[in-house]
Amino acid sequence: MKRGRIAFQGAIHQVTQAADGRVELADGRLLNETDVQWLPPVVPGAVFALGLNYADHAKELAFKAPEVPLAFLKGPNTIVGHRAKTRRPADATYMHYECELAVVIGKTGKNLSKAEAMGIVAGYTVANDYAIRDYLENYYRPNLRVKNRDGCTPLGPWLVDAADVPNPMALKLTTRVNGKTTQEGTTADMIFDIATLIEYLSSFMTLNPGDIILTGTPEGLADVKAGDVIETEVEGVCCLVNTIVDDATYFATV
Amino acid sequence: MIKQHVSGTVYGVVLNDHASLRKIGSETLEAAPYKGAPKAPAMYIKPANTRVACGSVVCLPAGATAVEVGATIGLVMGRAAGRLSRDNALDAVAGIVLAGDLSLPHASYYRPAIREKCFDGSLPIGSVKPLVDLGKLVISTEIDGKVVEQRSLADLVRDPAQLLVDVSEFMTLGQGDVLLVGVSYMAPQAVAGSQVKISADGVGSLQFSIAGAQA
Repeated sequence: MKRGRIAFQGAIHQVTQAADGRVELADGRLLNETDVQWLPPVVPGAVFALGLNYADHAKELAFKAPEVPLAFLKGPNTIVGHRAKTRRPADATYMHYECELAVVIGKTGKNLSKAEAMGIVAGYTVANDYAIRDYLENYYRPNLRVKNRDGCTPLGPWLVDAADVPNPMALKLTTRVNGKTTQEGTTADMIFDIATLIEYLSSFMTLNPGDIILTGTPEGLADVKAGDVIETEVEGVCCLVNTIVDDATYFATV
Repeated sequence: MIKQHVSGTVYGVVLNDHASLRKIGSETLEAAPYKGAPKAPAMYIKPANTRVACGSVVCLPAGATAVEVGATIGLVMGRAAGRLSRDNALDAVAGIVLAGDLSLPHASYYRPAIREKCFDGSLPIGSVKPLVDLGKLVISTEIDGKVVEQRSLADLVRDPAQLLVDVSEFMTLGQGDVLLVGVSYMAPQAVAGSQVKISADGVGSLQFSIAGAQA
């Protein structure tokens, strides 16, 4: 089952994906996915993101792979849904996407072993964890000005039940910019796998339903410019579309 | 006016007072890995699992023997606020809270310190009080009845209004979110068994105790 959240005709709806790919409301109405306003598929609780969790990406950024997970947090301000517009500030010279498998927690868990960890996963979705490298500073890096900007973490469109993703550690990740493939990888290359990340985080904090873990990105980063359409896709999960806009468009008064 | 509760995300900032900058030292800040004093506010997030009320017993996470007690004031947002200006920044603040921002000691601020700063119960926080003039507010920390720190918000690098301006420039704060105005570098430490009290004139006090790791 693929579940989503949309705004349609003045109300928020929990929807599912119909067999023909359309969006199905609870009362059976079928809508085209371009005719609805997509919201993140879950109301986000604590949102964790992983830095340098793919060996090739760590190398790309000239870092050695971390010995413990390099986790950081995000606020709800940065999460937006499918087909949103994300702002590239005028002074940015390098803004890149990051295609990531997002793990959505469905049960409360603390001090979980690796064997128990996957039991609290509700399902999976896709994140695009944009970064603007111009704003990097070496304090709690990656700092919030790089990673917690308004609307800079698109999420969705679908939450896919864990039962429908039998092996989340062998999924192909692909990013396309204006239709051209720029990033390819596989979740098999994660340094810390999902069970290890849940074991680690739950060793000091309680994980709750709605918490989300963005599991990191492989190599293949590229600068994106206003007007670019970025598709981040995880095989068997979903394809997330986002469009980059400039300041004038983002702040335009309609 | 609607009374505002702390219901959202809590954001904090380090190295926002001159005493902390002196303590870490300009030589350290200029050298690797920092390669320069912070330009934007050096921020972190305390998620919902960290918040506990006055009177709580906070258990240390496994393997920890001490916590730094970062006594501070939180600005509680009364409305959604983005791209604030100095003139209107404080208008978005519904009230203030005393907070004990607990961290496992970590001398380096280079990498995000999730285990150190986000363990369950690591943010004892008081009830929301009306906004008072924070310009000269003095926050006292007592551990086991002994005053271990007194800090004045007159020493802040970015005062509350400027901090709101610089944070809301890139991220919208939501109603019920809290922005902590800063904690001391290498703040006083408490250990299992410590009774902690944080207080400030006109804002009341916040008390909690520390316990060892749960088996």
